[in-house]
Parts: sequence; structure tokens; C-alpha cells
Amino acid sequence: MGAAHDDGTRATGHHSEVTLTVNGTPHTLHLDHRRVLLDVLREDLGLTGSKKGCDHGQCGACTALVDGRRVNSCLLLAVTLDGCEVITVEGLTDGAGEPHPLQRAFLDRDAFQCGYCTPGQICSAVGVLAEAEAGHPSHVTDPATAPGRPVALDAAEIRERLSGNLCRCGAYPRIVEAVEDVI
Amino acid sequence: MTGTGSALGVPAERREGRQKVTGGARYAAEHPLPGRVHAWPVPAGVARGRVTAVHTEAALDLPGALAVLTHDNAPRITEPDDPTLAVLQTPGVPHRGWPVALVVARTPEEARAAAEAVRVEYAVEEHDVRLTADHPEAYEPEKANAGFPARREWGDPDGAFASAPVRVDVSYHVPPLHNHPMEPHTSTAHWDGDRLVVYTSSQGGTAVRAVLTALFELPEDRVTVVADHVGGGFGSKGTPRPDVVLAVMAARETGRPVTVALPRRHLPSVVGHRAPTLHRLRLAADTGGRLTALTHEVVTHTSRIKEFVEQAAVPARVMYATPASRTLHRAVRLDVPSPSWMRAPGESPGMYALESAMDELAGALGMDPVDLRVLNEPEREPDSGKPFSSRHLTECLREGARRFGWDRRDPRPRARGEGPLLLGTGVAAATYPVLVGPSRAEARALPDGSFVVRVNATDIGTGARTVLAQVAADALGVPLERVRSEIGDSDLPSAPLAGGSSGTASWGWSVHRACTELADQLGSRTGPLPDEGITAHADTAGLADADSPYARHAFGAHFAEVAVDTVTGEVRVRRMLGVFAAGRILNARTARSQFIGGMTMGLGMALTEGSTMDAAFGDFTEADLASYHVPAHADVPAIEAHWIDEEDAHLNPMGSKGIGEIGNVGSAAAIGNAVHHATGVRFRELPLTPDKVLAGLARPVTSGRGG
Ligand code: FES
Ligand code: FES
Repeated sequence: MGAAHDDGTRATGHHSEVTLTVNGTPHTLHLDHRRVLLDVLREDLGLTGSKKGCDHGQCGACTALVDGRRVNSCLLLAVTLDGCEVITVEGLTDGAGEPHPLQRAFLDRDAFQCGYCTPGQICSAVGVLAEAEAGHPSHVTDPATAPGRPVALDAAEIRERLSGNLCRCGAYPRIVEAVEDVI
Repeated sequence: MTGTGSALGVPAERREGRQKVTGGARYAAEHPLPGRVHAWPVPAGVARGRVTAVHTEAALDLPGALAVLTHDNAPRITEPDDPTLAVLQTPGVPHRGWPVALVVARTPEEARAAAEAVRVEYAVEEHDVRLTADHPEAYEPEKANAGFPARREWGDPDGAFASAPVRVDVSYHVPPLHNHPMEPHTSTAHWDGDRLVVYTSSQGGTAVRAVLTALFELPEDRVTVVADHVGGGFGSKGTPRPDVVLAVMAARETGRPVTVALPRRHLPSVVGHRAPTLHRLRLAADTGGRLTALTHEVVTHTSRIKEFVEQAAVPARVMYATPASRTLHRAVRLDVPSPSWMRAPGESPGMYALESAMDELAGALGMDPVDLRVLNEPEREPDSGKPFSSRHLTECLREGARRFGWDRRDPRPRARGEGPLLLGTGVAAATYPVLVGPSRAEARALPDGSFVVRVNATDIGTGARTVLAQVAADALGVPLERVRSEIGDSDLPSAPLAGGSSGTASWGWSVHRACTELADQLGSRTGPLPDEGITAHADTAGLADADSPYARHAFGAHFAEVAVDTVTGEVRVRRMLGVFAAGRILNARTARSQFIGGMTMGLGMALTEGSTMDAAFGDFTEADLASYHVPAHADVPAIEAHWIDEEDAHLNPMGSKGIGEIGNVGSAAAIGNAVHHATGVRFRELPLTPDKVLAGLARPVTSGRGG
């Protein structure tokens, strides 16, 4: 869909050139300022693994990682991300195409049904593991926990931290188990 | 799996699982089509009236805008059987949110901006969206959804009720509910010469093709409908919805492939909802606990353009033995969006009310609620008098009670606490009918020793590819890994939808038949197979839809434990446990996920989900996922699903009953009953949100019995 941004829209002055590194590959794109990261991924780069469930930051289906942190990609204007590193669900497999341990755990646990929330759940869980490792507390973290130390993730922590990722199929118990499998 | 053991029942991994976890599975908006553009509907801004003008100039002046379709210029279609599909044909506005224009532009941003620039003028009429139990326009329809008679009556329910020693006369209220599958309703339409190819998020592509061929007057062989991966449906994608009609119109008008991905906020008003139901239940029993009368009366709403009556009193015709009964539905036509199917239509709200009332009756009798249900088990289906093909509700209740630790329960309400928390447990029964429809299928044996089964089944998350391969492997007597299944394309043999918990039974029956026939052919031939293999076809018309002399239903039992915070009014479910009797379970892994998914939706119905018709504006106030709360991770604790081995020779060759909906039926009642047990207060209006709970806790508790 990159071809859609040709002369007609350039004239409006509402476009900018943005460079994003997505799953290790740099892309320089001429982007409509209204375009959110999710639509860059899906429309410009053909990376449809990131899903659009609400387009309003309410469901988490679009979760991706920007500079290592999880984001609702439907809420981020891509023009603000010049120079950022983006990882999507497609970028989690290793070089040989083998699934990431979390992806494997989701398969082993049957942690999905329709699969539409799944890429977001998995990217979110990757973010959760990093946040806990870096000592970010959550609402359910014991306040006595030493700051800056890794937070141990039990089921309650995982549930709390993944609560921005809705699953209407109700795969929650299996998703928590899948995350526990890789801790 | 290898060897000769049956492939049925094994916990085989989902065949598309790897694609789903790596992002490779493509849904309806995700098929690469050069030149594809995007459309955005403009929803009606009034609840009732007529469009008098649509000003499109400003929209068309915006960069990227390609077309604005309105009732003036949209392609004419043949009048559809489903009036909700007659979009952009007349200026009439039957409810707020009805599409009054469709903007097509090159990108999603441009389509959205242009849609906002369309200005619509209306002639507004007075509207009424308020459902009340005594609405003056309430009428008794001939039939409720799924063809059930609106009224059934036997014995003298009023007389029996009046003279009974123990009585419960209670009203329950279930608000409108929204399906909200995670993938919004989406269709991409593409004219390839004179062929129409549609990628759509639907529970059944065969029906989508039939509707499109009728609406656009096309021969069937020029229409292909692909529904490869579908991001959930829960009934709301059971039949084509306006997105697919709009996409085809826009593709025809612009000559480009067009995607219509309905914005989340548009869904409640155009894809159907579970209608609100107002229930009145009157249960009468003798002092020993045997029912002497059961009356379940339901009032619900439907729209001006379509009659859909949620059949919520129907499960009361199945559940308990009673010498006198009346079950009755009334509907009110209002200026509301058209209701439709949502997971277990009828059973879900109906069993919430009936199973809550049974709990109240147990309280009034001073009897254990499990024992009360067992005592009132019928020998035959109460309404029809037919024998059950199998009914193991008692076993589900007993097994669930054992696993849950029910015998340790102190039956007194409000007897258990932890600081500011009150704790309680509850039970409820579940039922869902066995539905099955005719399907075609094809099975092919290839010279390399592999097999392919082909049927236009749809995988909305159930694992249809996997379970159909299991059915085939079992019928052929070959290892599962030698069987491939092809589904999700209308060029495959025609099949009914994934709905009514009937998909696996319907498709599986035809796959089983084709494979049995193929096995016969293979057994009687010698020498190598030709390059293209040999093929057997099956059609179960006349077989799968034949009348059964048996009443066929699945049953189950739910148990729940809750903690109610007396300070905040918050109800938290601590654990849920379900035991089901649903014939033979064909894939233990995917079946468990379906049961638990249904139970989770029941948790939402009990505690978080509720929509409201705004009386002044005539729309749903909770239209998006920020205001309509589907359960999130933190809401969902330990949920367990179990089943008992049930053999039933009167179903289909696999011996299976549907499992997609029963997990949802009764789960909200179990939670509500647990809240009563915890607090001693009976809440009769869902969902049990903190505002209601706090208000209820502030009322003086007079008695725990029958609350
Ligand atoms: S699509 Fe981004 S949060 Fe829902
Ligand atoms: S797997 Fe369907 S929404 Fe999560």
C-alpha cells in the first residue's frame, strides 16, 4: 500500500519521511501523519501478525515492542517513532524460523482458540518478562519488594500484567500457564 | 499418533496453531491484493426517521477519497431475507447506527477522515427504545428464535402455584449483551473479471455465498467466499452481516478490491446483540421439594425491521419434572438495533434465571441445591414426552460436587468471611440442545498414502481442521498425520455454519461418511492408485436432519466460589469448576479450551458485562471495549472443565454432542448463587457490579432463605 502515498497526498504537506527498523530490517517510509504504527505494519509492510481489535488502545491485539517495551501500536503515531526499533510477532521466531519459546509454550498449552488476540498476548508477555526482570512492580507486587530487583512472576503477577490483552475466546488460564512455562 | 488406535478423543495439537502464534494466519483484511482500498461506514445519527440529504462534496474533496455510497447511488440489490442486509437501499433509518453512507478511500486514515466529513440531514421521528415488563406494545409472537413455540403450557400452573406450600415468585433482569469477537466484522471483496472473491470473517461461508448470489444476482459458480481464519464470532457472524454487502457494493462501484473492517464502536448497532430479557419465575414445590408448578415468562425486545425473540423460557421445558408448567415469551418492537444470536441464545439468559430461582427454592425449602435438582430429574423430556437419548445431569452434579468439595460447605448464607470479604459458593445446572445439519464432504486417497478431506467448514477457534482430520483418520483407520483437511472456502463441498454447537457434528458426519465410503472403495481394489487418487463424496441430507425419536441435549453442572468485598462492593470469582456430559469428546485439548471459554463468558455475564439503551439518544451507551467490560486476565482465576464419559448411540457416527455453548449456560447463575451464599442478599439484575452490590449490602438482611 506504500504506493498509495504518491503525489496527490504529498501536496498536502501532511506527510513525513520516517525510518523504522522492523524485525531487524530498516524501512524508510513516506508516511501520512495520521498513520499509526499498527497500520504501518499491516498496510505498508505487510506484517499482518499485529492485529486490529479496537484501534483505540482497549484490547491489546496490536501489541508490539518498540525499543524493547510493549506498546499498543494502534495508539502510536508512526511519525513520532523515527529511528525506533520495532519487533512484531513475526520477528520473534529465530533466524531458522523456529518459534520463540513463548510461541512454543502457547502451542503446547493450547493457549488460544481463534488466534486473533494471540500475537498481542505473546508480544505482551515478552514485554512482561523484561519488565519483571528490570524490577518494574505491578499493582499486585508486594510493596516490600526491594526496588530495582527482578520481580518473581507468579500467576497473579502474570494475570495482572497481561490484563491489557483481552481474549474473548477465554484462553486466559492456558495463557498464564504458557507464560509460567518459560519463566 | 501412530498405530491403529482411534484418533478420536486424542488431544491433537491445532493444525493452524503454528501459523497463529507466529502471525502467519491471515484473517479477512489481511490477504494481499494489489490496489486494495478501504471503506468506512457512516452510522445514522438519529434513532428513527429518514435521511433527507447526504452532503458528500466535502468528503470527496479530501485527499484519497474515491467514492461515497448512499441510498441514492449505491448498487440496487435484490431484497434480502434478512432485512438487516438491505443497506443503502432506502432513506429509512430504523435505528441509530444503521449505515446511511459508505466512504471509500485509499487508506484507512483517509476513509475515516472522509466519513467524518459526510454531513447527513434527517427528518427525525419520535423513538422508543425502553423495554419494560408491562410495555403496552408487548405481544406474543408465534415463534421464538430457532422455531420454538412462544408458549407451551400443561397442567394448571396457576392453580398449583396458588395452593403450594412452598413458593418462589421472582423476577430477574439480564441486560443487552454484546458478542464482541476480537476480530471485528470484516470483509474484503474483489472482482476478478466477472468473478467475485470475498474474504470474510464469518461462521459459515456457504451461507455467505448463497446470500451474495441472491442479493447481487450472480450465478453460484462465479462467487467464492473464503473464511480461512476467523477471529471469533460467538453467534454474531453466524449469517452474513452488513460488512460483506457493503464491501461487495463498494468493490463493484470503484472497481478496486475493498476492505470493510467495521470499527469496534459500530459493532453493537450493526452485527446483532443479545436482547435484554426480563424474567418472571414462579416455582412451587411440596414440602419434600418436588416441583408442583413451574412458570417462566420472558419479555424481550426486537427491532422494527426484524423479529428475533430470545428463546429464554425454552430450557424450562427441558430441565425439571413438573406436573404443571407455563413457558411464555413476549416481545416489544422498539427502535433498537436488531438483536441476534449470542453464544447459547435462549439457554444463556434463561438458565441464569431458572437456575437462580432453583437456588432460591432450595433456600425456601432449606434443602441442598444439588439435592433439589437431583430430586426433580425428569424421566422423559417434560415438554415433548420423548425419552432422552442420554441425560447425565445427576452424574455431572455429583461429580462436580465431589471435585469442588461441596460437602464441606456450610449451607448458611453469610457464614464465612475473611476480614472485609464475604465468601460463598454456588451451583447451577447447564443444558444445551444437540443440533446437527446436513453437510457435504469429499475424501480422497492419494498414491503416496496420504488422505485429504474437503468440506467448507469454518474454524472460528474451535479447531475444526484438527478435529475433522481426527474424524477422518478414525473412519479410515489410518494414522492422524496422514490426513489433511481443507476447510474455509466455498469452492469446497457445501457445509452449514459453525453455530448452534452443531459444526463438528454436521461436518464430521459427512466426513465420516465420505471416509467410510472411501475405505470401502480402497478395500475392494487392487493395484496402485491413479495419480489423482480416488475420491468419495458424501451428503448427509435426509440423514443428519432426520427427526429423532429422542430428546437430545447436553447437560452440565457449574460450581463457583466468590469473595465479595463489603467495602468496595467488588465480587471476585476465586474458582470455577464445570463438569459436562456432552457425548464423546473428540479432542480433549481443544474441547477443554471451548468449555473454559464458555465459562469465562459466563463470568463476564455475571460480573462485568452489561449494555444500556440510552433512552434519549437511542443507542448503546457501552459501545466499545473501554465501557463494555469483557473479562480480562485479572478477572479470571482457576477455571477447570471436566467431563464424564457419555456414550450415546442416537447422535451421529462420532457419538458427539456440541460443546461450544454449554460452558456458557448456567455459569452466571452459579456465580450469582455464590454471591447470595456469601452475602445473604439476592441480586436479581446482572451484572453484579460494585454499585449494585454495595446498595444491596446496605439493605438490612432479613433472612437467608429465599432471600
Ligand atoms: S487494536 Fe490496539 S489496543 Fe486494540
Ligand atoms: S484466542 Fe480468540 S480472542 Fe484470544
